[in-house]
Amino acid sequence: MRLLSPITTKIVTYELRDVGRSRWLFAYAAFFLLVADALLRFGGADKALLSLTSVTLFIVPLVALVFGTVFLDDAREFTELLLAQPVTRRQLYAGLYFGLTLPLAAAFVIGAAIPFAVHGVGDPKLLVSLAVLLAAGVMLTFVFTALAFVVAAFVDDRLRRMGTAIALWLVAAVLYDGLVLVLAMLLADYPIERMMLGLTLGNPVDLARVILLLQFDVSALMGYTGAVFQQFFGGAVGIAIASTALALWVTLPVALGLRAFKKRDF
Amino acid sequence: MITINGLEKRYGAQRVLRGVSVEVRRGSVTAVVGPNGAGKTTLIKSILGLVRPDTGAIRVDEVLVGEDCAYRARIGYMPQIARYPHNLTARELLAMLTDLRAAAPGTGPMRRDETLIDQLALRDQLGKPLRTLSGGTRQKVNAVAAFLFTPDLLILDEPTAGLDPTASAVLKDRIIAEREAGRTVIVTSHFMSELEELATDVVVLLEGTVRYAGSLGELLHRTSKANLGRAISQLMTEAAAA
Repeated sequence: MRLLSPITTKIVTYELRDVGRSRWLFAYAAFFLLVADALLRFGGADKALLSLTSVTLFIVPLVALVFGTVFLDDAREFTELLLAQPVTRRQLYAGLYFGLTLPLAAAFVIGAAIPFAVHGVGDPKLLVSLAVLLAAGVMLTFVFTALAFVVAAFVDDRLRRMGTAIALWLVAAVLYDGLVLVLAMLLADYPIERMMLGLTLGNPVDLARVILLLQFDVSALMGYTGAVFQQFFGGAVGIAIASTALALWVTLPVALGLRAFKKRDF
Repeated sequence: MITINGLEKRYGAQRVLRGVSVEVRRGSVTAVVGPNGAGKTTLIKSILGLVRPDTGAIRVDEVLVGEDCAYRARIGYMPQIARYPHNLTARELLAMLTDLRAAAPGTGPMRRDETLIDQLALRDQLGKPLRTLSGGTRQKVNAVAAFLFTPDLLILDEPTAGLDPTASAVLKDRIIAEREAGRTVIVTSHFMSELEELATDVVVLLEGTVRYAGSLGELLHRTSKANLGRAISQLMTEAAAA
């Protein structure tokens, strides 16, 4: 089976042209360019990578959700026109999804990678870490644009859509880890490692964090869930499991969003 | 050309269509009229598969709507509001629609008809980003897109709303030309005089039910009114009294 039908490819091509001209997309790439450049100027490549990880885990989900929600709002009436063509809903959905996600992911990769290319990384081991960081950022983009599609499918009011998107980001990027920590402290006397593993699988940002910190091998920064992951699975297996879980975080929301998209009225 | 059978659609508690059954003749210009909220747009969108009805069936040339999307290759649609991707130009939009139709399976050779571009004096607007165009100009782009592929069936939702009188006249002439060429047109409008000029058939919707479906002449004869506007208000008064 072909992943993308010729029609989907056409839609993606034109969406790329549209999104690719957005000033926000350039601002997003420029942001990572400036941050990575500054980090590299003020510290070594290893420290810069770690700091850039935190920025990535924080900013990529936010931009994917907010940009995605605005994009889908703008696309709504245009969606109507496209669905009046001989195009199936599945084809259009795939076209919109990739048309949104690919330029966002590309902006992140270009913005974050160029400073490293200019300044040089040195240690080839750090080059692998940089590659993992870029891959994790791309995965997070795929996850959170998919979640933006889910929000768009289930929340009808425009303002509440944006509110829901931002709330989702707050939970995933900020609150979740804190809540897990509170839970861990409350239940400190019990064997809760398995529960902690389960909780990590429940948040894509945590999964990305675990992958990156296992890769960098800095347990001090791993947080509770990361430490449990390493203890349980060790580096390589832990990364593989977390990556699989992260891939599920792409496919499940995409499938959920598609189901709703097929049923909905335009 | 189109057979609609027992169409029902609810939005929450609101019953927008309550068992609509209509036939649209090939080669007719069918005006769908009724007060605001009568279900005109919902009916039109159901034919396009944009709205999924709760029950009932629509067949366009024997093809059941909802199963296959190929039938839409022969439809030109002009929605009520024209909003497009912000950063694309009108030329890119038209190229995109052409590309999509060319890539769709089962589409025969396409004849692109661009005469409306010049008739609506749109040629020098084509290179500008769509977001910079005025509402009326976007509506013209909308019209060009609907007529571009010489479709057998045109579905026009308030086509002249927002257009200046000249553009409006151009569009009406075009609809008449399509009628004379034997194509089928479904049109809604709030301007009854306009519909009277264009329509051969009329479907009157009131609160989601069909009050009248048939030829324009028959409607005028039956209500013994001189024009469509008065005939419609006669029907509405009758409905209110019943």
